Amino acid sequence: MSNSFYGPLDPAPDAGWRDDQPRKGFFTDTSVCIGCKACEVACKEWNAVPEDGLLMLGSSYDNTGALGASTWRHVKFIEQPKSFGHQDAGMAGTAAGPAMTDVLNRTADSALVGDRNALGTDHSGLALLGQPVPPAKPAPVELGMPLSVLPGAADGAQRTEFRWLMESDVCKHCTHAACLDVCPTGALFRTEFGTVVVQDDICNGCGYCVPACPFGVIDRRVGEKGVTKNEGIAQKCTLCYDRIGDGLEPACAQACPTQSIQYGDVDELRERAQARVDALHEQGVHDARLYGHDTHDGIGGLGAFFLLLDEPEVYGLPPDPVVTTRDLPEMWRKAGLAALTMLAGAAAVFGGRR
Amino acid sequence: MSKGRRGDKNAVVPPAEFTSYYGRPIVKASPWEHDIPAYLFLGGVAAGSSLLAAGADLTDRPALRRTGRLGAVVGLTLSMAALVRDLGRPERFLNMLRVVKVTSPMSIGTWILTAYGPFAGLAAASELRGLLPRRIRTGVLGRLLGASGTPAGLVAAAFAPAVASYTAVLLSDTATPTWHEAHRQLPFVFVGSACAASGGLGMIGAPLSEAGPARRLAVGGALLELAFERRMEQAMGITAEPLHAGHAGQLMRASQVLTIAGAAGAALLGGRSRTAAAVSGAALMAGSACLRFGIFDAGQASARDPRYTVVPQRERLDARAPRATSTAPAKDGRSPVGTAQEMR
Repeated sequence: MSNSFYGPLDPAPDAGWRDDQPRKGFFTDTSVCIGCKACEVACKEWNAVPEDGLLMLGSSYDNTGALGASTWRHVKFIEQPKSFGHQDAGMAGTAAGPAMTDVLNRTADSALVGDRNALGTDHSGLALLGQPVPPAKPAPVELGMPLSVLPGAADGAQRTEFRWLMESDVCKHCTHAACLDVCPTGALFRTEFGTVVVQDDICNGCGYCVPACPFGVIDRRVGEKGVTKNEGIAQKCTLCYDRIGDGLEPACAQACPTQSIQYGDVDELRERAQARVDALHEQGVHDARLYGHDTHDGIGGLGAFFLLLDEPEVYGLPPDPVVTTRDLPEMWRKAGLAALTMLAGAAAVFGGRR
Repeated sequence: MSKGRRGDKNAVVPPAEFTSYYGRPIVKASPWEHDIPAYLFLGGVAAGSSLLAAGADLTDRPALRRTGRLGAVVGLTLSMAALVRDLGRPERFLNMLRVVKVTSPMSIGTWILTAYGPFAGLAAASELRGLLPRRIRTGVLGRLLGASGTPAGLVAAAFAPAVASYTAVLLSDTATPTWHEAHRQLPFVFVGSACAASGGLGMIGAPLSEAGPARRLAVGGALLELAFERRMEQAMGITAEPLHAGHAGQLMRASQVLTIAGAAGAALLGGRSRTAAAVSGAALMAGSACLRFGIFDAGQASARDPRYTVVPQRERLDARAPRATSTAPAKDGRSPVGTAQEMR
């Protein structure tokens, strides 16, 4: 128990599993992701995850928004005025106006009506995503096309470098899973594969796992009572618990056409990831780095980890996540001390004069 | 990928540069509604009231005892209703009792309430036995109720401090920046708030001659709350910002004004005028409620803005290993590129 809150460990034996199953997970290599979203579709299909809004978000090709109760794979798109390694996009120097990145980002921001920060939160985001017609039209933004002259020819500005980052995000199946630890019903449990899964028939929808997750993955499903499947309870990626138990790959990994999503034994995936990042560095892609592979990080390592081409926060990932339960022993100590203070205070106020 | 947006105009710290994915939140705000801060407040009132009732019982202050016992049971009942209502599947409430998990403050809290509730209820029932028909009141049941008041009240008082303080752990054991970063001081803020509110209730319900302990509890609680809230904010860095911004900021300011005014009223006039005592007590209760709602709302706001997730983590990383400025790849595979500036 001493190491259960923090630091490296093998989660399945720690949870009491005795048979020697190797830990399973994902290695998502974003350097070969082509943003096809086959993973999103395969996941929805296999797991019968209900639709959760069909709105154009204007954030590059990302119209999914965020992971949530009804989005278990989410492909992110980031457009940057940078080159990818030594690759030449063939745009530098052409008279094509300034990079579109800024304009596109501004458009994306204004296209999200209402409180755009609510996006990605299933309970409040659905109201936003579900609007068939935005209530207030965002102000029109000049995109600079189409024009009758060559774009940028008039102002003489030159196009910058360009690269497109894509990343298929998913539940991280943490070594120290805050969602699982704070769950008061035991609905969230650790499988024999070291993954974290919700038992639909146990969860009472208390919602505690939602703010506990350091990655904002799990959420409570909103929908129509008695109509929407698993309405009112917490939902997230199961790493296809029903498939991997039968020796199959998870649906997203099977559907991925570029092997950006690789499924397997976590130990082996870590080696493969290290080899891949070394190869990329050799090829001049110096900004390639692994995320979540280190068992000494604040989560004890992720069961689903990533190769990224920029800082984690660029992808909407926390740069240095620490599982909240690391501090739980201290929290209980402080709460105990506070309780004793209250008891002593109450005793003291009756000790005085009348 | 938008850069650090301009913060709230009420923000106390200048907005830090940071990078995010289209300004979207990283962690999710809890799906909890205002049932939860209402519960935090009512649970605090119940806990403090049980302590006051037990003390009043032992020192022969019947009116304060009655106020405490009834306040506890009303607070507790409303609390439970709020908690169940906030579940996604209220009909599965009893699933909470399947397991005991020290890693889940909600599980421990459920068990604390399960232990506390029946005794607080029994103490209140004993208080109300006068309402029973004479035949029952003087019968076995009535006499049993009468005899059980004191022991039940004492057991409830023993569990009461835990009822008041665990709720701080409930909020802090999350990735919600403002709640988590408050974890060292929040239990003291919450028990202080509970003492202030329940003391306030005692001042409203009991005559001046009996309300001395309630006044002292209220003033002591208010001072504890104010002092620890201050210390908490000093320790929180940027995550204290949401406590001053927007609706949460208004609630926190209101809480401070009401608590200071209530405590001053209780200390200076509370022993002389029943009206002043009642007004001060009401101000203290309102101050406690504002504090709970303010801290709740600030946490929700901190989760919705990626700044409060990214900036502290980035600072932590940079303190550990400052990012290189050369273009050579860092030894650990971390990139030298990607500062917020470059993201434009």
